[in-house]
Amino acid sequence: MPRPTFAMYWAASCGGCEISLLNVGELILDVDAAFDVVFWPCVADFKYQDVEGYPDGYIDLCLFNGAIRNSENEELAHLLRRKSKTLVAFGSCACEGCAPGLANLTTNAATIRTVYTDSLTTDESRTQAPRPVTQVPEGEIRIPVLYETVRTLDQVVPVDYIIPGCPPEARQIAAVLRAVLTGMPLPPPGGTIIGAGNVALCEECPLAKNVKQITRFYRPYEIVPEPGICLLEQGLVCMGPATRSGCGALCPQVGMRCEGCYGPLDGQDQGARMLAAVASVVAAGGAHLDEHAQAEEIAAVMDTLVDPAGTFYRFSLAHSLLRRARVADNSA
Amino acid sequence: MENEFQPIIVGFLCNWCSYRAADLAGTARIRYAPTMRPIRVMCTARVEPEFVLKALREGADGVLIAGCHPGECHYVEGNIKALRRFILLKAMLRQFGVEDERVQLVWAAASEGKQLAEAVDRMTEQLRALGPLRWRQRVLGEQPVARHAREVEVGGD
Repeated sequence: MPRPTFAMYWAASCGGCEISLLNVGELILDVDAAFDVVFWPCVADFKYQDVEGYPDGYIDLCLFNGAIRNSENEELAHLLRRKSKTLVAFGSCACEGCAPGLANLTTNAATIRTVYTDSLTTDESRTQAPRPVTQVPEGEIRIPVLYETVRTLDQVVPVDYIIPGCPPEARQIAAVLRAVLTGMPLPPPGGTIIGAGNVALCEECPLAKNVKQITRFYRPYEIVPEPGICLLEQGLVCMGPATRSGCGALCPQVGMRCEGCYGPLDGQDQGARMLAAVASVVAAGGAHLDEHAQAEEIAAVMDTLVDPAGTFYRFSLAHSLLRRARVADNSA
Repeated sequence: MENEFQPIIVGFLCNWCSYRAADLAGTARIRYAPTMRPIRVMCTARVEPEFVLKALREGADGVLIAGCHPGECHYVEGNIKALRRFILLKAMLRQFGVEDERVQLVWAAASEGKQLAEAVDRMTEQLRALGPLRWRQRVLGEQPVARHAREVEVGGD
């Protein structure tokens, strides 16, 4: 009997998801023994045309990491959806857009300008922005077209399961793989989240919360937080209240704020929830002040929070309620 | 006048004051722009930032949150909680390219029907100057979802 087939693909992402999968330790040998790898550009040499040659539904399990940012990503999303029985959005980029999704706060032209023109270089003669089509003596060379809006995998094709995290925690991946390998039933598919918790990260965080009111926010380099005490109450924008649990609150325990990589809880908008949580710890100014003075005092505290959109939506902008900013180019 | 752009304002009105103010404006027959769709909430603190974002995404041109004056909240300081959220929300919406005038917070006591009506009139004029928001179509590039067949035929503005 042929073994079940496995594929893993990497769209707009950093590659950390692949490392995280290998981090499951010796379990990876069981995966290798149980599955036939039929596509995995990061570790084995398969070509896209190999995948095109497979019959539909040939791949039993496909882990897809990365956001959909260009025409190649989108093409592969459609191709792998067609060829896969079970398609998993693996990691924050595929689930919520993650860091690539932050490009949705600006335009494509601005992103390209920053990367190719405004960045310092040692050789200015070689400055060249990417061009979709280039003529060379041998003919025409084409590269993928960059899209104006970064999308998540489930905004492009239907997804069976979602494993969040940047990257997903190895023990969470291992739990899912063990379930698959031993034939344990998974929850019904249809964008179902697996390999993560169902409560806010604060529930797993051991730091003490005293509901303190703060008068300014700090960026991580500006403060050495006191150990054992809630970081949000020390003025660090810890995303715990608006983030799904599952990682074991690793970052807050070592004094680093939660950045929100496990994404929002079911049905929530991570940025909006975080905004509400942050507002509730801000000192409101004394009751003795008149309403304008009170508003000014609150505004002064909020001014110390640099880049609210980029902070609250660091991992989930592409999947948020507004999804992208309105910029000159897209508001005709 | 017929073709003038009629903005859609989603109004979140506090049960204890601003909703009564809207009631008063009605019984006192104060004339004001018919642009606000009022939603009664128990307190401005009940208005999650999500409600505002969702209203903007789903077709509102602006959102008006109206509550009790500071010091007069039925729940002691729900309105101050709303104020804290509002100030941060505006800072964030600026990053999304949403103009300040599109989301407003006003205080209107139960006796201030006139003030509430004036706030709606003022906001309507400001939104007229800004033009429609139409987030789904203009920002996300989605096809308009018509709620009435007529909207498609006429163009939906």
